[in-house]
Amino acid sequence: MWNETTVFVAPESVLDIIRWLHDDPSQRYDYLADVTAVEYRDLELPIEVVWHLRSIPYRRFLRVKAQLTKNRPLEIPSVWSIYKSADWLERECFDMFGIKFVGHPDLRRILMWEQYREGYPLRKDFPLRGRFSRAEQLRQALSANPEARYSMEELSIADAFEDLPTDMRQRLKRGERTGE
Amino acid sequence: MATQKRTVEVALSTTGVDAQGQPQRVPLVTADDGSAVAVEAPPAIEPDLAGEHMLINIGPQHPATHGVLRLVLELDGETVVRCIPHVGYLHCGFEKIGEYRQYNQIIPWTDREDYLNSIGNNVAFSLGAERLFGVDITPRCTVLRVIAMELSRIISHLVWLGTTCIDIGAFTPFLWSFQERENVYNLLESWVGARLTTTASRVGGMAADIPDGWLEGLRNFIRTFPKTIDEVDRMLTKNGIWVGRTIGLGVMTPDEALNWGLSGPMLRASGVDYDVRKDFPYLDYETYDFDVPVGTSGDVYDRYLVRMEELRQSVRILQQAADRLPDGPVNVDDPRLILPPKSKATSEMESMIHHFKLVMEGPRPPIGESYVAVESPKGEKGYYMVSDGTSKPVRWRIRPPSFVNLSAIPKMVEGHLLSDVIAINASIDIVMGEIDR
Repeated sequence: MWNETTVFVAPESVLDIIRWLHDDPSQRYDYLADVTAVEYRDLELPIEVVWHLRSIPYRRFLRVKAQLTKNRPLEIPSVWSIYKSADWLERECFDMFGIKFVGHPDLRRILMWEQYREGYPLRKDFPLRGRFSRAEQLRQALSANPEARYSMEELSIADAFEDLPTDMRQRLKRGERTGE
Repeated sequence: MATQKRTVEVALSTTGVDAQGQPQRVPLVTADDGSAVAVEAPPAIEPDLAGEHMLINIGPQHPATHGVLRLVLELDGETVVRCIPHVGYLHCGFEKIGEYRQYNQIIPWTDREDYLNSIGNNVAFSLGAERLFGVDITPRCTVLRVIAMELSRIISHLVWLGTTCIDIGAFTPFLWSFQERENVYNLLESWVGARLTTTASRVGGMAADIPDGWLEGLRNFIRTFPKTIDEVDRMLTKNGIWVGRTIGLGVMTPDEALNWGLSGPMLRASGVDYDVRKDFPYLDYETYDFDVPVGTSGDVYDRYLVRMEELRQSVRILQQAADRLPDGPVNVDDPRLILPPKSKATSEMESMIHHFKLVMEGPRPPIGESYVAVESPKGEKGYYMVSDGTSKPVRWRIRPPSFVNLSAIPKMVEGHLLSDVIAINASIDIVMGEIDR
């Protein structure tokens, strides 16, 4: 019923292989269902990045996996240039695991807020209740900059820019983000 | 008929003043009897309104965003130039919590992510876990689950219909659809005891069999519900206001829709014939006789038509499922998974051991992974589970259809008016519980 085939690829060649899967007329995996990652409880094991691909014309399903060892920076090529659906899925994966998708145009946190400092929640070394105490979380929430509700990019829109404090305008011109 | 040309002063007319502030002189063409026949309009002087763009913030506390979605819009006049969505206000960490729970204990969490489709999520999660455990469910359970999934599809589409009507300005279909939704919730309540957060399925079966006479209630619903669809259909489908507010908005071409990863009614409205029930069937959906509606233009109006037709097709599936429901046990006969009856657990040694092991330790799947996708009302909902042989999953991942569908909203609203953003956002059918998880 369910045809679950898993293919392990080297992290460097992910982009080439997925591009071939997408473009080749005998493959035509034109639908990227999911991008996610798996970290095992055994912390020695590498983190796996998982792509779930579907071929709508041929009705096929394929799981592509790449293993990232932890002694090197967690970086992997982004497939955003092939599938636009990777946009938010890769952002979420970055948010939750800290895996950098090289080539993604707008890789920033999506579910957690941009100023979140506690780390990457779905990593196994992240405690279930969070890394900071309740008191520290409350202190951070109360001392947050209310301007941080908008990103610098948004504040650059027209009128809002003129109403900003001078230092913020200068930071904006340097291309900085809010909440720092 | 000869015409005579003369020039008149139009100082009092609205078309105004020339660049020097003098009244404009326009040629007026008159017929022989002196009556005017045509006036060449002077070139109107456009005031320079272009210039500053405006920043508009919608949400997170705004009824038309269907939850805690926040959209930051850059407007040129009333036209959207750019849209920056923000999500995450409802992030609860379901996937993290799931790593600390046994498989049956995760099922209540699936209620709470897409809370309009809770019983469908329960079933989908159980399917994924059963694939991991390598269990085949009983025939009666299969049909019961089909009934559960189609009922939850009806609930979700009815909520979509009602809230979208309210967003666009029609109130009556909201009342009609919520009345029918109450009927479905009454059915669910008499089956599993809960209305919204059902927790109806278990790994290897269901929490409960349907009570006596329940099928009569279902048949009654199947008989009366199409009348409501027809009423809403008559009210909206050819309604000038409805058509004017929805047609040509948020168009996605088939290639774009596939590339952006849209699924469910969003993808089918764009003309891609892809339904998980047909293409990657589960729960014996291939044996049911139903059609998959496919749109042509991929705008808000087509999404509405596709969802209305899906309601009718769900009724067809429910009818067939009610007719074929076989007798027999609901749960699999596997003491590794299913609790023994209480009477046996207190009287037999083996049953007591099974009961103890199941409660204290939980069922343990073999090492492996499974990705099971079902056609939820919002689209392809997948559950990806990785097991390392213990009773708790290493990784439990929800593939959220609304999340991926919503990621296309900056593309869809670009160039439309501010009021159309509300209609386009409504047509995506988002549930923030599922987006933020």
